[in-house]
Amino acid sequence: MEVVLIDAGGANIGSVRYAFERLGASARFSADPAVIAAADRVVLPGVGAAAAAMARLHELGLESCVRDLCQPLLGVCLGMQLLFDSSEEGDVDCLGLLPGRVRKLQGSPTLRVPHMGWNTLEPVLDDALLDGVSAGDSAYFVHGYAAPVTCDTLATSTHGETFAAVVRRGNRMGAQFHPERSATIGARILENFLKVPA
Amino acid sequence: MLSRRVIPCLDVRDGRVVKGVRFRDHVDMGDIVELALRYRDEGADELVFYDITASPEGRSVDRGWVERVARLIDIPFCVAGGIRSVDEARAVLHAGADKVSINTPALDRPELIGELADAFGVQCVVVGIDSLRDQDGEWRVRQYTGDPSRTRALARRALDWIVEAQDRGAGEIVLNCMGSDGVRSGYDIEQLAAARALCRVPLVASGGAGDATHFVDVFEKADVDGALAASVFHSGSIRIPELKQQLAAAGIKVRRV
Repeated sequence: MEVVLIDAGGANIGSVRYAFERLGASARFSADPAVIAAADRVVLPGVGAAAAAMARLHELGLESCVRDLCQPLLGVCLGMQLLFDSSEEGDVDCLGLLPGRVRKLQGSPTLRVPHMGWNTLEPVLDDALLDGVSAGDSAYFVHGYAAPVTCDTLATSTHGETFAAVVRRGNRMGAQFHPERSATIGARILENFLKVPA
Repeated sequence: MLSRRVIPCLDVRDGRVVKGVRFRDHVDMGDIVELALRYRDEGADELVFYDITASPEGRSVDRGWVERVARLIDIPFCVAGGIRSVDEARAVLHAGADKVSINTPALDRPELIGELADAFGVQCVVVGIDSLRDQDGEWRVRQYTGDPSRTRALARRALDWIVEAQDRGAGEIVLNCMGSDGVRSGYDIEQLAAARALCRVPLVASGGAGDATHFVDVFEKADVDGALAASVFHSGSIRIPELKQQLAAAGIKVRRV
């Protein structure tokens, strides 16, 4: 099983690779469309801002490569947001693989944004990606924008408003939290991702 | 609902975890990775590694141990100590850290906060503040606290610095109340509550944890997002599973492990 992580310049994407290595999968970074297209599994990590990340994918000539992938694809954090139609962050068109617009989380004096820390998952659809994950299990989130709950949402989380925490449409999957930093639950979701039939 | 975070802090010197009282007289507490894994297994929500001699010695963090930790640890961790440029922060983040915390270098050059936020996003940028109450009753910032012989008192009020740091792009503030650090008589609720009133980003309490009730108090009375402690965890006088049970019993939302 070869996992290719799309190297779009995120700062701490190394930890995603280590997480796959802990699961015994070989994982490497690439920005080469041919290497990405040939991978068994593709991960789109992402830390930073949506507009900058889309510009970077465009610059690398990877937009259509990612759109055309047929094998299982997992977007992590910003990488998941990029799968949607568009984002309010920088008012940018994203990859359009999932319908919906990513919007800024509304903070309040008691509700800090960015949403940072461990929050609970509420599964709403039964799916192999969530095998072993129960309502109330926690995952580690760090984000200021969030995707809407749609028919593609497998699990939600709530920080003032309820948003999509895990999404899937066919082979396009995403986690708003950081599975690589979500202890046993995160490892389980990555393991499930490796196991989903291609 | 977001959990309150329990955060062991590992002070690092020469690749080992050390702990002193009121920032002095450091004793060896063990191997970095060994302790990090122990805390992960016990249910720590996050770890902070603080290279206590990097800033006073004018050098950046040793990347080697950051990478060793990142390979093995599956909870978030933050690295602090002597990070004074975007390039140095990038090296630490690339080695696998989730966040960088800056203290002395941000005081020397506050623009650094914004530069890091622009380069990596505010969620990566933690500003650590060491603060001590002066005789006139004001909390003021201290600098170079890793080395008592070089520690300096600044004219800057801690509360002003909190406001400035978040305006410049800090995504989280760790307020270390030096008056209570290492003496285990409880967090400085008064100062932390004053900070909370001004702080829109996550606020982490540091300094003073002695028993589980201190954690209950700081979450209830100062509404902090996280509470950091070192010696009580290293010595085993507070065990994280029991601490979390007590917090949950007090109605405080914590992560179930």
